[in-house]
Amino acid sequence: MENPIVRAENYNAYFGDNHVVKDVNISINRNEVIAVMGPSGCGKTTFLRGINRMHELIPGATSKGKILLDEQNVYDLNAIYVRYKIGMVFQRPNPFPNLSIYENVVAGYMLNGLKVSKADKDVIVERSLTSAALWNEVKDSLHKKGTFLSGGQQQRLCIARAIAMQPELILFDEPTSALDPISTSSVEQLFHELKANYTLIIVTHNMQQAARVSDRTAFFYMGELVEFDDTKQMFTAPKDQRTQNYITGRFS
Amino acid sequence: MEPRIGTRNAKSMFFKGIIVFFAFLIALPLIIVLLYIVKQGITQVNWTFLTHTPAPVGEKGGGILNALLGSFILVMVAAVVAIPVGIAAGIYLSENPNTKLSYWAGLCVDILQAIPSIVVGIVVYFWLVKPLHTFSALSGSAALCLMMLPIVIRSTEQTLLLLPPSLKEAALSLGVPYHRVMLKVIIPCGFAGILSGITLSIARVIGETAPLLFTAFGSPFISASLTKPMESLPHVIFTYATSPYDDWHDLAWGASFILLVFVLTLNIVTKLLTRKWKIQL
Repeated sequence: MENPIVRAENYNAYFGDNHVVKDVNISINRNEVIAVMGPSGCGKTTFLRGINRMHELIPGATSKGKILLDEQNVYDLNAIYVRYKIGMVFQRPNPFPNLSIYENVVAGYMLNGLKVSKADKDVIVERSLTSAALWNEVKDSLHKKGTFLSGGQQQRLCIARAIAMQPELILFDEPTSALDPISTSSVEQLFHELKANYTLIIVTHNMQQAARVSDRTAFFYMGELVEFDDTKQMFTAPKDQRTQNYITGRFS
Repeated sequence: MEPRIGTRNAKSMFFKGIIVFFAFLIALPLIIVLLYIVKQGITQVNWTFLTHTPAPVGEKGGGILNALLGSFILVMVAAVVAIPVGIAAGIYLSENPNTKLSYWAGLCVDILQAIPSIVVGIVVYFWLVKPLHTFSALSGSAALCLMMLPIVIRSTEQTLLLLPPSLKEAALSLGVPYHRVMLKVIIPCGFAGILSGITLSIARVIGETAPLLFTAFGSPFISASLTKPMESLPHVIFTYATSPYDDWHDLAWGASFILLVFVLTLNIVTKLLTRKWKIQL
């Protein structure tokens, strides 16, 4: 069996004295869609941000344990390299307001000062926007500012920006919570298509979304990884009482 | 009980009337001053006035070319130092709001802003003019620079604080190193605000007389040397206005008018540019 793309070993994360992620062990395979769900404040976003070392950017935030990306501990690597290798899409669409749609897609190259020829950029832009199911909508206005797009389009632009860097792994932090239902369904549709080439980890507090889009689901509660199983299995026959309570809506 | 709609409306109208009245009232003196300077000054302004140095006492004509160039050089030299230093300090304050250094630096900025301009002049006099044994343009610029700094720092800081943190995260998550995040994303996004702070600071110091009295002092000649005394618009206004000669008074009005036009133009250009470059978040 192939090595997992991400593996956490006794991973703990803190905000000051507040222990928000507790001893998480998880192993995620290539080309899987993983949903991470749980009630607010359960540590799911913090865990996600631990994977690409965004967690430590918050003042007072620390972590312990290992997160292995391709069997290399990300905490032994340079943080900038880790973030460069892993794509991330945030809760609120955050295209760069000073850049055009075109520039936003290649922002990862431009902002890092990498020399890419115009022809290569054109290819990257078209391929990334096509993968993000946005090409047809914006191909005639590539040089308009990204912020002119609707919220859902902006989010797909952010996905294109992440894809453009050709990461193997893309992290999504509640990517549809600021979107309307139609945009949400187009982004969810996208997850199915992205699965062929990428590994996706999607944090969501929307159970239906987890059930719709993921292969496996991780359930976090009070900072612990309570259960991690096939999505179908988890939604039909959860093993842990807490998971069952959450799924049946006894708390949220 | 029925709400008394009539009375409520009357009260609202009364309140509205009062604020409109006072808004008008504060604009009135400004308009009167502007009109007066324009009326007194505009007749003085002609080609000779702008392209000649002052004539000796008793002779007709003469102009303020030395003061125009002097003001330009004094402010430019001050800006060349104040802008990069001010922006850097502003970035630090907005990025690290909770450190000891930012607490003390912020306090110093506030105090610096509150120091009367004449005190700044005296301080620079003791720091630069006395040790160098001469009034100089350089010391004038140093005084103006000290006055520009707090404005540039605070406006940079306030502008950057308004940018959403998600913007920085977007760049960082792409593996962009911190310095490039600041230079390529944060500063360009806050550019309109930073620019308006810069022009505000220039407009603020270009009319400052007090700090120049003991530093750049003044000179009846055209000079581009930073180590020699240099004339400036506010100083020429001061000298001419306090002189006993009527035609010098007229020149002072002319110089005031030029200064006014300059500051107004600077403000309008800034407004237009910031509107054009304003970034829709």
